[in-house]
Amino acid sequence: MITLEKRPQPSQFWSLFTPVLAVIITMIVGGLLFGALGKNPFEAIRTIFYDPLFGDFASYSRPQLLVKGGPLILIAIGLSLGFRAGIWNIGAEGQYIVGAICGAGAGLAFYPIESIFIFPIMVICGAIGGMLWALIPALLKVKFGTNEILVSLMLVYVAEQLLASMALGLLKNPEGFGFPGSRNLNDYPSASSWINEGFGLHWGIAAAFIAVIFAHVLLSRHIMGFNIKLTGEAPKAARFGGVNPTRLVIFCMCASGALAGLAGLFEVSGPSGQISIDFNVGYGFTAIIVAFLGRLHPIGILLAGLLMALTYIGGELAQLTLGLPSAAIQVFQGMLLFFLLALDLLTNFRIKFAVKGAA
Amino acid sequence: MKFTKLLASAAVALGLASAAAADTTKVGFIYVGPVGDGGWTYEHDQGRLAVEEAFGDKVETFYQENVPEGADAERAITQMALQGADLIFTTSFGYMDPTINVAKKFPNVKFEHATGYKTADNVSVYSARFYEGRAVQGHIAGKMTKTNTVGYIASFPIPEVIRGINSAYIHAKRVNPDVEFKIIWVYTWFDPAKEADAAKALIEQGADVVLQHTDSTAPQAAAQEAGNVITFGQASDMGEYGPMPRVSSIIDNWAPYYVARTQAVMDGTWSTVNTWDGIDTGMVEIGEISDVVPADVKAEALAMVKALGDGSYHAFTGPINKQDGSAWLAEGETADDGTLAGMSFYVEGIVGDIPN
Amino acid sequence: MDLSAISPALLIASLMVAATPLLLAAIGELVVEKAGVLNLGVEGMMIVGAICGFAVTVETGSPFMGVLAAMVGGALLSTLFAFLTQFALANQVASGLALTLFGLGLSALMGQNYIGIKPPSMPRLDIPGLSDMPFFGPIFFAHDPLLYLGILLTAAAWALLKYTRVGLILRAVGENHDAAHALGYHVIRVRILAIMFGGACAGLGGAYISLIRVPQWTEGMTAGIGWIALALVVFASWKPWRVLLGAYLFGGINVLQLNLQAAGIAIPVEYLAMSPYLITILVLVILSADKSGAPASLGRSFHASN
Repeated sequence: MITLEKRPQPSQFWSLFTPVLAVIITMIVGGLLFGALGKNPFEAIRTIFYDPLFGDFASYSRPQLLVKGGPLILIAIGLSLGFRAGIWNIGAEGQYIVGAICGAGAGLAFYPIESIFIFPIMVICGAIGGMLWALIPALLKVKFGTNEILVSLMLVYVAEQLLASMALGLLKNPEGFGFPGSRNLNDYPSASSWINEGFGLHWGIAAAFIAVIFAHVLLSRHIMGFNIKLTGEAPKAARFGGVNPTRLVIFCMCASGALAGLAGLFEVSGPSGQISIDFNVGYGFTAIIVAFLGRLHPIGILLAGLLMALTYIGGELAQLTLGLPSAAIQVFQGMLLFFLLALDLLTNFRIKFAVKGAA
Repeated sequence: MKFTKLLASAAVALGLASAAAADTTKVGFIYVGPVGDGGWTYEHDQGRLAVEEAFGDKVETFYQENVPEGADAERAITQMALQGADLIFTTSFGYMDPTINVAKKFPNVKFEHATGYKTADNVSVYSARFYEGRAVQGHIAGKMTKTNTVGYIASFPIPEVIRGINSAYIHAKRVNPDVEFKIIWVYTWFDPAKEADAAKALIEQGADVVLQHTDSTAPQAAAQEAGNVITFGQASDMGEYGPMPRVSSIIDNWAPYYVARTQAVMDGTWSTVNTWDGIDTGMVEIGEISDVVPADVKAEALAMVKALGDGSYHAFTGPINKQDGSAWLAEGETADDGTLAGMSFYVEGIVGDIPN
Repeated sequence: MDLSAISPALLIASLMVAATPLLLAAIGELVVEKAGVLNLGVEGMMIVGAICGFAVTVETGSPFMGVLAAMVGGALLSTLFAFLTQFALANQVASGLALTLFGLGLSALMGQNYIGIKPPSMPRLDIPGLSDMPFFGPIFFAHDPLLYLGILLTAAAWALLKYTRVGLILRAVGENHDAAHALGYHVIRVRILAIMFGGACAGLGGAYISLIRVPQWTEGMTAGIGWIALALVVFASWKPWRVLLGAYLFGGINVLQLNLQAAGIAIPVEYLAMSPYLITILVLVILSADKSGAPASLGRSFHASN
């Protein structure tokens, strides 16, 4: 009989070791899967985990890890604040879309004027767009007690329709021969977020690192961080301690919405370049997983975001060089997530193998 | 766009590497959907297989499927170039800007972008004159409809789709002045459930011919269930639904083009082209017309295919007015490619507005 | 413009077909959520059900076996989620999302050999005489058996939750798992069974798409219906009959907009497509005044700390 015993403190050792263990188990099981598909398992695993970092063309793929991981980290950092306090914003995908629409819209409104003020204005509009979209579930929660998980999720679908409408209508490139999609912001220097494209560096990645540092300082030094942690761990104590739950909800939702909106803005003005019908590729949802993989800890999220990016980039490489179907990569990623989530148990619980006669 | 030392040095290293293994030509394909979509991407992959078959050991092909249009596409194309591809086909409109961007960084790699309009020294564009096939469908539809109602499942309001609607309508109207088109915009290229619903809605409102500009076979299945409705395969033959409801089809046959372009790279004769081929080169293929179609109609349809193929007939030949009644093409005048490429109006007689 | 072209009877009949996969998946998710578990993996379970049902139908030639396989497939996949959230106490939101990712990939791998095949069709339940009745015939008496099963399932879920001891336990577990545990109920066991039931229903919904509504297999063919089912449960404020109503409404808006377009009426498609979600949010706000809606323990992990 196996029983679980809650640890008084999460285990330091296991919280560091479980991700490693999960990756190893995924490699083994994933290797079996790839073997079953008729590919050399060792080569496949090497292609996914090693080649993007140290392979022949790592000078290209290493910066790409940042390009792919940046938005994930930026969004996940914002989400983790709320998650810690028990405030569940799962609509980051929608806030990401609205941020991109607002930011790109602001930039395109100035086209073709060149000015150094345009990009900052876009950044502000992107953040505000995402924030306002997140404010809807926040206000409904504090005013009416509406469940924010569901409202924020519903707003993702609304945002997707809004995106389609924008790509086909208001923001459509007037010189695009009637094809859907906006002008390409990469052809508009004042509105481009690239710092150095070859190094994969754009302002969104800089913002992601800044967000990691900010979140770390906030959580470890600032009273708001203390309130967040207290509310998550002991809601009653927090209320007696004078934490204003309304302000906390508004703060957490707005912060996560603004960061998601920023991620969308940086993506549209950098790697993606334009608003198109399927501009969003699920960063907002993947970031939820990243937040949990990172144990809601800023440094953890940074690492989890990069790991997630590695499986994307490595997975693409494996498709390319080994002809693995993209479905196999998806299954592989799913497995990695399962093992990471399942093994988290070891951090918080002690497993006891006991012969229980009288259970 | 900025060149970077890093990327340039990688490309140089690659140039050396590929010079060593110059006896095989590497051809890459970027797909927007899964190869198993049974439509658009499936046909491109058939083209890839044809390249493999044609050149055997002399080529090596690889592909990446389900590549989202945008940032991920640019990376996928770059990775392919870095892996030593000599020729890369990017097979969706949304890959246009990424293709151009990557092409600037790899001047020695040849790129071929499907359905776009931006070319460069090492970027060609290619597309097919699907509207020629639509003309044939319109003719058959006009002859065969008993309710005088033709349903049309349209994807997005872009020139290619609008061209198809116009072409089908003109030719249906020519043989059946009472014909009426009911058009549904589904805003998707591929969503079987939604396409099925759209087909059912059209059929319930009296359409006994359903044309589709979406890629799944769901409308075929809906027509089959309804019984007395005919359809046409789109992108691929969809022959499993013949002889009824599927009476014919437009097949995207990319194989000859892909083989020819690969050959050109091998011979060192590749140059930038803007290809817009139709029935003449076989890029647009008309699938077997089934026996449900009366023999005389079938003969007329085949004659039209032949005329379109040898250039003696153009699918947009005047007199044609625009929807608002203003003149577009005079008697005997044919449409120029520029107008066709950016077509954003209905021709006279079609009811309704193009969205947005 | 010609509104008379729309036949109300046929419209309602095809709306019922469009709503059925939604209904099946949502009823399953409703039971899961009533037990206090939020499983966001509906889309993943649906698509696995779709391919299991399709593959088995093609292999055995029997749609009945296919439907059974779809339920088993959905339920099996859901046990992964059950293991993660009930034994390993992983976060439900993250586990559900991972389940969807996994399910989409898995179904595509399983379905590689089933592309472009037509499945044997499911017989309709045509009742001579009744099916030919004007107006009521096509609406009530000319559907496939699964559509009726969906309605039966709704009734069953309603009766179960409202009148039976099982339903009482399920609700107790969902409202307050600590109290339910103190009363001696096996919280984990109840939740696992609920999750598996939800998986089976989602699988059934998926099979409805691949075997009846579309009949074919293509990757990603559920195209977001699982996510709409999640919205639907909330819209219905966790009440089975309202799920049925909501499914017809959600399915209906889509069918209606297609019909209006075919009738030549220009409508802003995107804004109409948004409306079900906006209505759901509105319903949520109205409902939140009445606290009886959401199960109190929804989304929270349970560990008996003795």
